Amino acid sequence: MVSANSTSENTKVEKPVVTKRLDRTFLQLNDVFQFVTRFFKEVFLPPYEFKEIVQQCYEVGYKSLPLISLTGFITGIVFTNQSRPSLSEFGATSWLPSLIAIAIIRALAPLVTALIASGKVGSSIGAELGSMKVTEQIDAMEVSATNPFKFLVVSRVLATTLTIPILTLYTMLLAMLGAFINVHVNEQTSFPTFIEQAFNAISFLDLFSSVIKSFVFGFTVGMVGCYKGYNSSKGTEGVGRAANSAVVTSMFLVFIEELLALQIVAALRAT
Amino acid sequence: MNDKNRSTEKGEPVIKIRGLKKSFGDLHVLRGVDLDVYRGENLVVLGRSGTGKSVLIKMLVGLLQPDAGLVDVLGQEVPQLTSKELDALRLKVGFSFQSSALYDSMTIRENLEFPLVRNVRNLTRQEIDRAVEVALEDVGLSQTINQMPSELSGGQRKRIGIARTLILQPEIMLYDEPTAGLDPITSIDINNLINEVQERHRATSIVITHDLTCAKTVGDRIAMLLDGRFERQGSFDEVFNTDDERVKQFYNYNFVN
Repeated sequence: MVSANSTSENTKVEKPVVTKRLDRTFLQLNDVFQFVTRFFKEVFLPPYEFKEIVQQCYEVGYKSLPLISLTGFITGIVFTNQSRPSLSEFGATSWLPSLIAIAIIRALAPLVTALIASGKVGSSIGAELGSMKVTEQIDAMEVSATNPFKFLVVSRVLATTLTIPILTLYTMLLAMLGAFINVHVNEQTSFPTFIEQAFNAISFLDLFSSVIKSFVFGFTVGMVGCYKGYNSSKGTEGVGRAANSAVVTSMFLVFIEELLALQIVAALRAT
Repeated sequence: MNDKNRSTEKGEPVIKIRGLKKSFGDLHVLRGVDLDVYRGENLVVLGRSGTGKSVLIKMLVGLLQPDAGLVDVLGQEVPQLTSKELDALRLKVGFSFQSSALYDSMTIRENLEFPLVRNVRNLTRQEIDRAVEVALEDVGLSQTINQMPSELSGGQRKRIGIARTLILQPEIMLYDEPTAGLDPITSIDINNLINEVQERHRATSIVITHDLTCAKTVGDRIAMLLDGRFERQGSFDEVFNTDDERVKQFYNYNFVN
């Protein structure tokens, strides 16, 4: 015999999969919004974690230098090499310095730096906070009357936001150095000529927009890493997923932001 | 060591819980818990895994919010406290986590200093060092001061976790599964340490466990969580002298198997 209760359970209407997924997406968007809002609320309120911010700047900036140096330098060399054949077809290899400067300063350096930071810094923040969450270290911080959001999240997001623009400028420098060496070896262009041609092609808006863009990329990498780690599900599997998801999400967002920045700068240039 | 002649001051309870309910989705973990804990007493909360023991003590320090009911700690209703008031209360309540929860990126010295330097202002370097040394002496691990948590054994990590909570000299100590994952000898050491802490600091303690040896060694009073309520409370013998199959099964699993 079927009881009244089980009858009502049997007739309970299951939500379609699409509706469930939409529900989950909106709930997660709400979570993200709350997380970002909390950051902006807490960043201006004392106590300020200066020591932790400096420590994190060291972790993000100084410890990324070898990888950034290598990647920046090689990007300059490779981009120059790949651009030469097309220009030489039109006998325009003398335009190489200006072409390279425009590409590196407007797009390549900020993008390469942000992508490297997503991989190196974003994953490390996601894994670190995820493992702290799983091993109850975040709870331990909270019960010892320390605001873990301020200590862990605010300091890391500020560190990436402040450090990635500096790393971007450094990448520009090294990529241009790589490009110069390539041009000098192949076209015997002198350093003053290279610099003159390169900097004649770029404007203040190019450099300024790249630096501003890098602040946004830095904020994104830090925020995504912290969000994924801070909200990772229990267990070691969750830590791995947080690290992986931090990289994928921040890279995706960096590309979206690059596209938006491109439109904004183009509009500014047109005015 | 088990000194059952400890003086507990009956009077106003320092922890008062009434009609406490907590659910996670469709899972009703606590279904109307009532409990009083008095000053100076070691209360052991027993129960099978997943019965809500850890959930209960997490609500005492505001890590989780109850769905319904009263949670009163040291005369303050925890869910109603502002974040500043909650921080002030948390300084009086030490919480020793199941996983020890030592900060991996810090040395033992930095782990112990952390709650002190962040909450007690105007301390000199010497005072901080002295407090750390005393806390480590209390748990018998002075030699580990410059080591990293990863270099310690499970039992040592538990002891350091307890030392970190003791450094602020809390009025109430909450132990979440203090002997979980430890060998029997180390478990006895931890049980003795809990008793020593209670004696030395005159703290009120709640010990969450499913280890009956631990319960027998440290508990002045046992409260057994069954089906989301404290259905049996009293001394160890009072709780287990019953025909209730659920209690007998729990006892047999620990002492017969």
